[in-house]
Parts: sequence; structure tokens; C-alpha cells
Amino acid sequence: MQIFGNTNFDFMGKKWLSIGASLVLTVAGLASLWMKGGPAYGIDFKGGTLMYVKFSGRPPVEKIRSAISARIPGEVSVQEITGTEEVIIGTELKDEKTLDVHRRLLIETLGATFGVAGGKPDLNNLGALVIADRLRDPLQRGGVPMSDQQLQDVAKALVQFRDTPPRSGLVRSFGELSGVPGVSAGVLGVVKQEFALFPYAIRNVEIVGPKVGSELRNQAILATLYALGGMLVYIAFRFEWVYGLGAVIAVLHDTIITVGLFSIFNKELSLTVVAAILTLVGYSMNDTIVVFDRMRENLRILRREKLESLMNISINQTLSRTVLTSGLTLLTALALWLFGGPVLNTFSLALVIGIVIGTYSSVFIASPIVLFWSNFLEGRRMGRSRASAAPAPAEGVRKSSKAVK
Amino acid sequence: MNRNLRIKWAVIFAILLICIYGIIGLPKSWNDVSANWRQNIKLGLDLRGGSHLVLQVQVQDAFKAEADQAIERLKEDLRKAGVDYSAMDRNDPQSLAEADQIQINVKGVPVDKAGALRTVLTERHPNWILTAVNSTDYRLSLRPTEALSLRRDTVTRSIHTIENRINGLGLAEAGVRQRGRSEAEAEILVEMPGVDDPARVKQILQTAALLEICEVKDGPFASRDSALAKHGGVLPLNTRLVRMGARGGQDAAESWYLLTRTAVVTGRDLRNARAGRDEFQRWETEFTLNQDGARRFGRFTEANIGNRLAVVLDNQIRSVATIQNRIEDNGRITGQNNEQEAGDLSLVLRAGSLPAGIVYMEERTVGPSLGADSIRAGLISGLIGVGAVILVMLVYYKRAGVNATVALVLNTILLIAALSYIGAVLTLPGIAGIILMIGMAVDSNVLIFERIREELRAGKAVISAVHTGFSRAFLTIIDTHVTTVVSCAFLFMFGTTAVKGFAVTLVIGLIANVFTAVFVSRAIFDWEFSRQQQVTSLSI
Repeated sequence: MQIFGNTNFDFMGKKWLSIGASLVLTVAGLASLWMKGGPAYGIDFKGGTLMYVKFSGRPPVEKIRSAISARIPGEVSVQEITGTEEVIIGTELKDEKTLDVHRRLLIETLGATFGVAGGKPDLNNLGALVIADRLRDPLQRGGVPMSDQQLQDVAKALVQFRDTPPRSGLVRSFGELSGVPGVSAGVLGVVKQEFALFPYAIRNVEIVGPKVGSELRNQAILATLYALGGMLVYIAFRFEWVYGLGAVIAVLHDTIITVGLFSIFNKELSLTVVAAILTLVGYSMNDTIVVFDRMRENLRILRREKLESLMNISINQTLSRTVLTSGLTLLTALALWLFGGPVLNTFSLALVIGIVIGTYSSVFIASPIVLFWSNFLEGRRMGRSRASAAPAPAEGVRKSSKAVK
Repeated sequence: MNRNLRIKWAVIFAILLICIYGIIGLPKSWNDVSANWRQNIKLGLDLRGGSHLVLQVQVQDAFKAEADQAIERLKEDLRKAGVDYSAMDRNDPQSLAEADQIQINVKGVPVDKAGALRTVLTERHPNWILTAVNSTDYRLSLRPTEALSLRRDTVTRSIHTIENRINGLGLAEAGVRQRGRSEAEAEILVEMPGVDDPARVKQILQTAALLEICEVKDGPFASRDSALAKHGGVLPLNTRLVRMGARGGQDAAESWYLLTRTAVVTGRDLRNARAGRDEFQRWETEFTLNQDGARRFGRFTEANIGNRLAVVLDNQIRSVATIQNRIEDNGRITGQNNEQEAGDLSLVLRAGSLPAGIVYMEERTVGPSLGADSIRAGLISGLIGVGAVILVMLVYYKRAGVNATVALVLNTILLIAALSYIGAVLTLPGIAGIILMIGMAVDSNVLIFERIREELRAGKAVISAVHTGFSRAFLTIIDTHVTTVVSCAFLFMFGTTAVKGFAVTLVIGLIANVFTAVFVSRAIFDWEFSRQQQVTSLSI
């Protein structure tokens, strides 16, 4: 089975069309960034508190937002995670000293607004040790004697039951607990008496101080620049410096468009997103290298061809491989995006966008740049020596690639 | 099968066995398999649940304490040398960056004593550099090498104390280490798997736990001002005013006592501390002193029967008692609310006091339920993604697709075994890295197969086509892998633990890929050919 047999698309002929399309996307992205005052930094980069809370039933977003805004100053965001009954509550953090305070306030506010009155501790938000401690005396009094080891085991079993899917941290009614090993009717009675079941469970808390946030931001930018620099050096070394330039400009183009698209779709930049972008820097180079490799080979074999048609030939020859590999990697990235869960969501989205744009840029951005440069060189040579016969085209680019084997 | 091919396959099987051993050990039963698996593959905090804290050591506290000590000794030395001065104090650096700028100012030294001052300093305080501000005022600053050494030392001692406290809490799997690349960085990373409520831990870590038992010179006073008023506005030599907080129920107000500046015994003289109950069944923390401390304490109490003692914790008086008779080696801190409070205090006393304050910079807590969900989501998306890839390879390349699939499976096994052997931690981005790596790894096979197809199309014989395919594609495979590895190296340098996990899995996977895509795939092709008499066609 072969999708692309001996194709002969004129890729280089369409270069102005593709460069135009890239420009449109880039400008749109940059405009969005400028209008929104920069990319939407996640708490990893600007500091803040994020709390993932799961509710039993549709989370009352407005109620949550107003309850929290009343107690915590600054910007409060409450985002629902589509397809689940979870929300992500975010607050601003201007100062490390309030790190603890916000966490405590959030937990208190949630308890006050949604908790079950009566002063009993919440079974949905406690650890096994605390649960065991609390049950010890009441169990004795309730006539259900247990050794300490049995008590610890029961507490652990309860917590494990609560934390595995489909409960995923939230037990909705005491009846559900009767199936847990070690929980007899007597034990269940004592549990009901000692604990309440709040209708929410806190699944994840992330608090980043603003100093750490800005440090990470600087490191992220530095790492990206170093990576690009490293690539430039490596490719200049393996091929020729103008190929390196073409590849780096292509990857830079990918990065800017990805960040721009993130801004347009209002997605946040977190550490993992930057990790995805750095991975794409490396991955996008792959495609570019494969094409350049083929071009280098063809430059040795097909000496009479003009550079433009040589590029076309090389791209057509590698088209099958390019489409297949990108397609397969895209399949895995799509699987991650669709099924990988909310924590990886922005990470896999960055990968999906990046793979598509990266493949496109290897063909339509990297090669034209090399072409432009060689045409430029040729123009200068033609200008200087009018008398001589037309030299073999792209000689400047050709010669040096012969030297590098 | 010729000899070369046999050796190749022997190598492949040997590596496969080593890998399987690395992942599941030598299981004797089905339970063993999952137990070994769980032991060998370390899960990160985001998959197990747990807390991660980043603290910053406020080294300026240690610098201030160092300056204070120097001032005390210098006052003594100058008195002995007969050098007068009108004032001696230090500045007050507030942040880490300002810590190195600690200064001691000595004012009003008569001009003829300048030489004596210099002598005292060179002989007794070599760590400090003397600069003259004018003819009578001087400034001392800490030598840069000394400052760096003090900084490093403070961070190391803080790490040590924090480790002790974490161990005391029974968090066996917790990790404490310095974060940041240079030695002047003062950040500590504490990772605690399985702890989903870090509030108590944070409290324990943050307590300075500075215990001092001092002689009471005067008191109680209702406020600082009334204490000063009684002594004519100036505190007597070698004393300080310390506050005693209100103990609910008895007096509603705080009180102040005049204590000696130097303590009779400190936290460093403790041998042990534990929670206990007093005669009214109230919780308290009991401590015992070591031999040296007991001796000092015994001598002091014997010589001071009738005077009062104060137990000071973190610069607050906890209790004041009159000395009835000689006390050798034990004492207690009363007024704890419950067993946990008494236990926590005994823990921090045993672990030692922190040389400087700590401030929390970052905190991440993943509940175990989210961890379990994440693992599930990772596995499902992995199966779907990888399944799709294998399906496409089989349809597109037919029998050669089977070849690629075998190489891919071996690649994954190699990767997981490598993770287990080097003790790398598997995080959620790490799982994503594995899935992504599979998508990238298949690229090597595609490169080779496409080349083989080209050669076949050009009319070459099967074996020669395969040979050319592999050799031509090899350099390109190396090139593409190097670029991704380089970008992952940068990721590794700067990312958090989760991101580092991603970089590590991707890099190891790609390195293993060079082996499986080239060596193993080739061996499979060769084995196929060796089974046929004459190779005329290839299913690709």
C-alpha cells in the first residue's frame, strides 16, 4: 500500500502562497498577544494558587466565585473542567507570606459555603491516619473492639475505596461504604456518627510564590533560546550555515505561531506547555533534517538541476516518510489530548498544534529560505561577472555541501 | 542461521532478559509480579499523591546572629584592651541579597586607641575587615570568603535539621535536597509522597525550636516600658527583656521578664525529649539533658536556690519557676494543648534548632485520587495511541509492519527497564513522554522502510535493497535523534521534577530506539532471509 508513489508536486512554486499563510497566522497570533498584554501565564510563571475541587453534582460556579471573592482579595477565577464535575479555583498571590493564608482561607470558605453543618470532620478530605485516630475511642465505646492494626487497615481501606475511580476522591453517601473490607454494620454506624460527608473533595493544590514564578519564566525563555542556538550550531556543523539558519527560522516560526494560537484560544502557558514547545523544537528539526539530508544527497547526484527543482524533487521523495511519521506522531499526541485527562490537556494541545505546524514549516519555510539565500548569492555573482557563461546554479550552496560529507 | 546471526539474537535475548529482570525481578507468583513492579518503578508525586514544598532559608538571620556574637565578644575584648567606644551596633539586612552586607559599627573610639583597636581585631576577629569611616568611627564587614562559607554552612545545617524533623515524623520516603545550581542558592526542596495534608509538616518545619533556659533577674512587668522605667531607661549589662505570652484562662495579659542574655543550657544540650502528662493529666513535653549540660545545670541550680528560672522557646517565655533544689538533668515545658502538640514539640527539640528562619516559596499537593485518575488516563490514552500506530504500521507495511512492532515493543521494555535501573521517577509528563516517544520511534522504522521501498522500486534485489535501506537511513536517524536529545537536555536543566521526568523518558527511549530500530529490525529481516532458500520478494 502506498499513498505517495512517485509524486511531483511543485512545492517551491507555491512558496509565496505558503509564506503568505504563515504571515497571516503569525500576525494574528502576535496581534492577539499584543491586545491581551502578553501570553496568558499560568501560576507556574506568575505565581498564584490553584485548587482542583470535585463536586458531587454540577459545580455552582458563580456561588463559588462570589464566596471566595468575599474573603480573598485580588483576581479570583473559577473554571469548570468540561465533561467533569470539577472546577479549578485560582487566586492571585502577590507575596510569599500569604502562601499559607490563601490555602487556609480557600479551604475554610469552601467548608463554610458548602460543608455540612454540625461540626463533624469531613470524611472526604482527611487522611487515613487522622481517620483512624478519630475512630479509635468511639469504636471502643460503640462496642466494636479492634486491634490497632485492624483499625489502621480499615482506615486505609476506606481511603483507598474513596480515592479510586469511579469515586475518585468523593464519597457521596455512607451507604457506598458498606462494601469496603473490614467495614461491618457496627463500624459503619460509628463512622456515620463521627463523620460528615461534604459534597466536595479537594484533589490538587498548587501554590507558587511570585518570586519562584518569575524565576521559572526567565529560565524557560533562556532554555528555549539555548536550545535554538544549540540546534543552529549542530545543523551548521552537519550541513551548512544557511541550512542552519533556515531550520532555526522555521522552528522560531513554529514557536511563535503556537504561542500565538494559545493566546487566541485563551489557553494558559504552564511549565509543561513550555516543555512541549521545547520538545517540538527538537521534533520540528527532525523533519527539516530529513529533507535537507535528501537534498544534500541529490546535490551530489543531480548536478545539472537548478536548486529550486532539486528541492522539489527532494521533498517529493521524502513526502511519503514525512506524512507517515507526522501522521503517526500526531495520532499519539491526539490520543493524549483526547483521553489524557485535564492535567495534561494544555500540554498535549501544544504538541498537536506544534506537530502540524512543524511539519508544514519544514517544507514551506525552511527550504525557501535556503532558496532565497542561494538566489541572492547567484544574483550577486551574475551582477559581478556579466561576461562569463551562466554558471551552474546554486554553486555557492553546492560547493560547501560537497565539502561536508 | 549463520554464526553472526546467532550471536546477534543471543545478544538480543540477553538484553531482553536483563530488562525483564529489572522490571519484575524473579517473581515466584502472580502477586510477586505486581509487588516487584511497584517496588522497581518509582512513581512521582503527581501519580501517587503527595506534597512538594520549596523553602528558602533566610540566611540573613544567621548573619545577624553571627554579628551579634561578634559584638558580644568584641565588647569583652575591647574592655580588656582598655579601648573605649561610645556605641557599637550592627545594621539589619532584611533579605538574602542583603545578607552579605552585614556591618558592625563602632563609634567614638579615641584617636590614640586606633592602633589597639586594629590589634584586637587582627588577633581576635580575623573574619572581619576593618575600615575607618572617620577618625573615630569604624565599620567592620565580613570577609567575602567567610560570608560565602557562612551562607553555605547555614543552608547545609538547615537541610540537616529539616531531614531530622522529616525522619522524626516517620516520612520514610520523603526527600530533602538543595535546589538550585550554584552553592549560594538557599532553596530547599522537600518531597513527601503520600502526605496530602502538609499543614502539620509545614508547621513543624518552620519552627525555629530555639530552646534556652535562662536566669530570671527581674519581673514580671506588665509591659516593656514599665520594665525599662524601673531600671532607669537602660537595661543592665548582659540582660534582655523577653515576653511571656498570655496563657488563656489565668492572666489575660502578657507579661515581660528581665532575663540574662546568655542561657544556662540550650537546645544543644538536650539528650532527649518526649511528650508526657503532668500530675493534672495535662500534656507537657519532658526533656533530659546530656552529661555536659546536666553538670552545668546542676552547678547553676545548686548555686541559685530561691532564684527563678525561665524556659524560653523561640524567644518567648513558656514558663517561669523558682528553683527549689539542685536539678540535674531533666525539665519540662508545660502548657501543651494535646498529645500532638506535645509530641511535635519534642520532635523539633530532638531534631535540633534551625540556624535561620525559612519561608515557603512554593507548595504543590496532589491528592491520591487525582494521582489514580492520572495513571488511568495515561494508560488509556497510551493504549489507544500506541494501538493506532501499530495498526497503521501493519496495514501500510504488511509483514514488515510486524517487524516494526516487535522493535517497538522491545524499545518500550528497554525504556521501562532503564527507568527502573537508574531509579528514575515516573511522572505524568513522563508517561506522556513514553507515548510520544513511541510515535517518534516509529519514524526510524519508516525512514528505513521507505528507503527499502525506493530501492526495490529502482529494481534492486531484495537483500541488497534491505542493506542499502539500513545503511543510508542510519545517518539520518542519528541526526534526528540528536536534535531531540539536545532539546531534552535543556529541558532537564531547568524543569521541575515532573518536567525532568518527561525529558528523561524521552531521551532514554530515543537512545534505546537507535538500538532497536537498527540492530533488532535488521536481525529480524536477516532471520527471515535465513529461513528462505532464495529471497525473491519482501512483504513491505
